[in-house]
Amino acid sequence: MQQTKTVEIGTGAFVALGFAALFFLATQTTSIQRFEEGSYDVTARFDNIGGLKERSPVAMAGVRIGRVESIVFDKDRYEAIVTLRIDSRYDTLPEDSDASILTAGLLGSQYVGLQPGGSDVFLGDGDRLEFTQSAIVLENLIGKFLVNSGED
Amino acid sequence: MNADHIVEIEDLHYARGTRPIFSGLNLNIRRGEVTAIMGPSGTGKTTLLRLITGQLVPDRGRIRVDGEWLAGLRRDGLYALRRKIGMLFQNGALLTDLSVYENVAFPLREHYELPERLIRHIVLTKLHAVGLRGAAEMLPTELSGGMARRVALARAMATDPRILIYDEPFVGLDPISMGVIVRLVRRMNDALGISSIVVSHDVQEINTVADSSYLISEGKVAASGSPDELSNAPSELVRQFMHGMADGPVPFHFPAPDYTSQLIGNGEGDDDA
Amino acid sequence: MRDLWEAFTGFLRTFGALQLFLLRLIVESPRVLMRPRLVTQQIFNAGALSLVLIMVCGFFVGAVIGLQGHSNLARFGSEDILGLFSALSLMKELGPVITALLFAGRAGTALASEIGLMRTTDQLSAMEMMAIDPVIRVATPRFLGGAISMPLLTAIFTSVGILGSWVVGVPLLGVDAGAFWSQMQAGVGTADVWEGILKSIVFGLAASLIAVWEGYNAIPTAEGVGRATTRTVVITAVVILVFDFMITAMAISLG
Repeated sequence: MQQTKTVEIGTGAFVALGFAALFFLATQTTSIQRFEEGSYDVTARFDNIGGLKERSPVAMAGVRIGRVESIVFDKDRYEAIVTLRIDSRYDTLPEDSDASILTAGLLGSQYVGLQPGGSDVFLGDGDRLEFTQSAIVLENLIGKFLVNSGED
Repeated sequence: MNADHIVEIEDLHYARGTRPIFSGLNLNIRRGEVTAIMGPSGTGKTTLLRLITGQLVPDRGRIRVDGEWLAGLRRDGLYALRRKIGMLFQNGALLTDLSVYENVAFPLREHYELPERLIRHIVLTKLHAVGLRGAAEMLPTELSGGMARRVALARAMATDPRILIYDEPFVGLDPISMGVIVRLVRRMNDALGISSIVVSHDVQEINTVADSSYLISEGKVAASGSPDELSNAPSELVRQFMHGMADGPVPFHFPAPDYTSQLIGNGEGDDDA
Repeated sequence: MRDLWEAFTGFLRTFGALQLFLLRLIVESPRVLMRPRLVTQQIFNAGALSLVLIMVCGFFVGAVIGLQGHSNLARFGSEDILGLFSALSLMKELGPVITALLFAGRAGTALASEIGLMRTTDQLSAMEMMAIDPVIRVATPRFLGGAISMPLLTAIFTSVGILGSWVVGVPLLGVDAGAFWSQMQAGVGTADVWEGILKSIVFGLAASLIAVWEGYNAIPTAEGVGRATTRTVVITAVVILVFDFMITAMAISLG
């Protein structure tokens, strides 16, 4: 009987620990959980998103406030529609804020940076950011530079 | 078909690989008796038991156990039949991670939904019958060879079988343990009114316990009858076996090329070897 | 040429028999799960008894990832993503693979030798004779116990590994604690967690199947049991690494 007890306690402890570890991995190592709790979506149109990907960060003043939820291509206007999911803790962003696609470091990954506007009206779920600035693509930049220097 | 016979074997053929083990074996085992199956080592006595219990399938011939032909049985039927058979393996084959008590309770727990009190009653009765009620809490690794076999006997009897099969029950036991097993074989058979099959080559013990014996050699029954009849049989082979003579129809030498030529030259003898 | 052909057909036969064996284990599983005690005992043997080994190894693997990751990422000035780097490599690769290899060495060999010994000492035949199917009573609970334990062991290994990497990275090498966790949380997606879980489930099934199969079909001698345990480790290791490649390739091609 003593042996049965050891087995039961040992198995119980092991399974509990296993599930605790699974829970830890599912909630603490990824950011999914936090944003599901409370967030709102806004969209922005870009001519060129460069290397932006789903789950790329959205930041304001360098602080992460959300992430890119989805990226779709608008085949009528040849633009990219990017949905940004923003943590509902940050619910006082002016509606005329502008969004630009920036690069972390010289060759780092890209993220969406928000620049606050001056409006008293705040962004809410489903709103659209009117002012956007596309990603700077290095090749285009070099191309432009070469053309300009040729004209001189 | 004979109602007196609990096991009937007709024209049994069985080969392991290319080596024939049985070629036309006929054998009947009578109800209520202790029947011995004897034979020199390597004659396939254990194989015969596995054929009788349906663990192996014969190449030719048929086997009937308690009125049912084995060949016609599917898995379920075979398992139902095996519940009527208790088998004692050479080394006991006790489940090493269970105590003696749990080993005997094992078939009961697996087959029936019994209240714990009843299981306890049955297990202690069976252990008492083999004289090991006091060892109930021991583990199989703590038992001597003879004790392990007695526990296995108690386990084989737990589900009240009609046939008890013993595979080499006397091998490697000291004289006292041997005496205990001999007594148990006889007593179980008579007290419970079952039939017993004992496979062995221990002539002395067999003679004291068996009602009738079969001597198997070269895939066939070489002789059969009561112990007395076998001891006085005219056949050379039977006499060699029953009296333990080193040379005879079963030669001392394993077949080999000619001794002289093999020793002298490295001629054909070496190539054959 | 004929030898080659025979080796080939022999392999096919073994492979086919293995599939049938797996099928039987799966078919019998619901019935065995109705008797949870049988399975609990095996989860204890395969899982709880491997726990200390898994945790110690997990910690040190994580710690060395922290060390290597830090020194290599520092060349690009990216120490901040150490948390992300450790979490991804542990979750998707090292966790499932090393846990499976340790599992084969600890639990797999124990299973193979236990069942092999039961074969050698006629315990399996004795069950057959008591009209108790050893596939149901012996093989299936052990298979299930192993298959259930593996994903849990993997999760524990990975979690302890991340902890080990944190210990080396944050207090010892001075990576910013906030960056360690926030970069990890920003970079690790649900798909990454699922990939690790999927791998651990597949590896658990494979490792348990191989161990039970090798034990069940061991040649009934002392040498046969020894060979069965060796084969368990070798075959499991190869199969795990091949499966690992296939699952990774699939995960990447699916996006």
